[in-house]
Amino acid sequence: MARVVLVGNLKQFTGGIAEFDLEAATVRQLFQRLAERYPALGPHLEEGIAVAIDGAIHQDAWLEPIGAASEVHLLPQIGGG
Amino acid sequence: MAEATTAPAKRKLKWVGKRAPRPDGVDKVTGRAKFGADLFMSGQLVGKVLRSTLPHARIKSIDISKALALPGVKAIVTRDDFQDMASEFVPAGEMMINYKDVVRNIMAREKVLYEGHPVAAVAATNAAVARQALKLIKVEYEVLPHVIDVDEAMKPGAPLLHEDMITQGVEPAPTKPSNVAKRVQFAVGDIEAGFKKADVIVEREYHTQPVHQGYIEPHACIASVSEDGQADLWVTTQGHYVVRAHCARLLGWDISKLRVTASEIGGGFGGKTVVYLEPVALALAKKAQRPVKMVMTREEVFRASGPAPGAWVKVKIGATKDGRITAAEATMAYQAGAFQGSPVQMGCMCAFAPYDLENVKTVGFDVVTNRPKVAAYRAPGAPISEYAVECALDELADQLKIDPLDLRLKNAAKEGTRAVYGPKFGPIGMVETLEAAKNHAHYTAKLGPNQGRGVASGFWFNIGGETCASINVNEDGTVSLIIGTPDIGGSRASHAQMTAESLGIDLSKVRTIIADTSMLGYTFLTGGSRATFAGGMAANQAAGDVIKQLCSRAAKIWEIPEDAVAYEDGFVKPAGANAGKFPALSIADIAKKAGKTGGPIVGHAQINAQGAGPSLGTHIVDVEVDKETGRVSVLRYTVIQDAGKAVHPSYVEGQFQGGAVQGIGWALSEEYIYGADGRMQNAGFLDYRMPVASDVPMIDTVIVEVPNPRHPYGVRGIGETPIVPPMAAIANAIGHALGTRLYELPMSPPKVLKAIGQNEAKGQGRGH
Repeated sequence: MARVVLVGNLKQFTGGIAEFDLEAATVRQLFQRLAERYPALGPHLEEGIAVAIDGAIHQDAWLEPIGAASEVHLLPQIGGG
Repeated sequence: MAEATTAPAKRKLKWVGKRAPRPDGVDKVTGRAKFGADLFMSGQLVGKVLRSTLPHARIKSIDISKALALPGVKAIVTRDDFQDMASEFVPAGEMMINYKDVVRNIMAREKVLYEGHPVAAVAATNAAVARQALKLIKVEYEVLPHVIDVDEAMKPGAPLLHEDMITQGVEPAPTKPSNVAKRVQFAVGDIEAGFKKADVIVEREYHTQPVHQGYIEPHACIASVSEDGQADLWVTTQGHYVVRAHCARLLGWDISKLRVTASEIGGGFGGKTVVYLEPVALALAKKAQRPVKMVMTREEVFRASGPAPGAWVKVKIGATKDGRITAAEATMAYQAGAFQGSPVQMGCMCAFAPYDLENVKTVGFDVVTNRPKVAAYRAPGAPISEYAVECALDELADQLKIDPLDLRLKNAAKEGTRAVYGPKFGPIGMVETLEAAKNHAHYTAKLGPNQGRGVASGFWFNIGGETCASINVNEDGTVSLIIGTPDIGGSRASHAQMTAESLGIDLSKVRTIIADTSMLGYTFLTGGSRATFAGGMAANQAAGDVIKQLCSRAAKIWEIPEDAVAYEDGFVKPAGANAGKFPALSIADIAKKAGKTGGPIVGHAQINAQGAGPSLGTHIVDVEVDKETGRVSVLRYTVIQDAGKAVHPSYVEGQFQGGAVQGIGWALSEEYIYGADGRMQNAGFLDYRMPVASDVPMIDTVIVEVPNPRHPYGVRGIGETPIVPPMAAIANAIGHALGTRLYELPMSPPKVLKAIGQNEAKGQGRGH
């Protein structure tokens, strides 16, 4: 199972829980399972979230694979000038 | 079958890394290049905007009847011409934007929220008539109290900009509205325990002022809408697909109805990632049924387009005697301007990012004030928070009597370090830039009286994103690379170089064209230092597609299996002795016969580029302070930064130098000055003092290359990071020159003189 870490304000929508294990093969599955487990978090995963899988940051990448032992961070989407 | 590279190129590179002639150079020096205001259309009208002169007021009524009756006036638009939008956040360059706010920013609805806020716009046969018409529009206001500064805006009882704004990110949610749109927090480890382990703690507060991106070309566009609703927009922008999306949404049009073409761009730096005039010009053109050109004056650029925020930042850093940081904390409040969405979140994430720290906490507040809405400005959010942190670190080094570069080296983030925002870094070049700084002759050069040296480091993430590229193989074997990112910093050259490299052909055979929005699939804007990274990745994949097709055509011509051919340096060859003996075919040979072997050869790639690598940099600066006038002169400046791979070193150096010069302005002279009436007092380059060539020395550069393993040529973005270290490096240099520190930007002569006076008074006091 992947280790999932919520960064920044997201834990407000999980009752303060910032780290947990979750089984998900892709980013989309991760979002679906997170929304099932924490319904208040669901709408916040639609836009504005980046996903770091084993250190590499992905944005808008629903199909990016997540390894069984991956470390996954959910953080604010990154832009730039 | 050979394919284009997908991992960092290990082979000897022929074009990537070369200082090739810039393809836009001749047009730009001869005046042939067409910028935003340079397109003329038959029957075009002139569009002008009526802007609020009040910083905060409720609009009671708008009467356009007299203006409409003026001969030569063809259309007028107000809030009534734009449908109200529901609250919906979408990514837009630096940060999320809310269409509810955007529709109010392009044209005020219930209230005007800053001086310069558009209230109406006129399209007329010429500028004089348009200006006259603006004077005939009668707006009745109820004047409201205003608030300009972030500290004041956060106080209880401050005038409220949005009566329904409840601070997000606070548990439990506040019951009353305020000007604080959001509180964000990032924390790792145990901050209190970390400070207990510290032998020395530095705690300081810093203030910065809003600064404008200062692009030389003002916002400009020309819009045309035909009777059947098909529209064209020519615009100076960093992202014409983003402009198309915003305009279609704001006007309720199908995206396919609107074609947007990006003109040449005279600077953007993040400020041309949002829309101001564009939806207004389209609305006027539709109403008038004639093309409408709109060009902002410099004054309008200052009063109505987004600067970087001003801010307050408090930093606390603790370390052991040997210089290991045990805890670091920063609290910051950023001005968002009239609508929420300052880059404070990025400020929080970047503040301590260059360092390997166990215990960190950053807290940020996004605060609305009666100023223009802020927009992205190179590494949005990072220059402010990192300025404060890098200054505090310098004081820590002074107190610990450790060389400031050694202090940074002792705490530098490296591959495997867990970033303060969570994930572990891949390969990064923080240590390499610090070591290059230590070894640079500049760092040990002798200083004279009243001179000081400062150093500072900086970090930015960089991004990828949606990107398309097409390669048309022409009948003679030359290729046209079609890309969708406007060229601001030389991307046409770097994209051509990577394409030539991937195809193994001469660079002169490649021409890069920036597509309009109807020619190529959606491509995100040029920003976030993504254009060369993501465009290069897409171009490389498109080249792979071309190579695949070339091999297929050759196999058909030779009547051998496709896997029996190989591609090498622009030629298709039989792959080994068993494939048969055939003379190698060049791209030109195959292209010439393309019509007979299946039709044109066109390679394409549409990707959402992932794997951008952060770029870190370290700057060294020497300054001299004139103790009589308080003027600070920058004597010598060196930028050292990790580019991953510099595709075109001259452009990379240009980005480094440009960031340093903009940073010199941010540090020493640029600021928005507001009167008590809430009006900007220096909305022009005469009074808003940006550095000019005579203010700065030649900026020396060192390109460090720690390749990004996720890019075919190792590229990282490089455009953002150069703006991050200058303010702290200069502040630290001034601190060393004076023997006393300043904590407020810009460090302009009056502030420097005051600090000198206070320092001398302190010295005299001690003397007695």
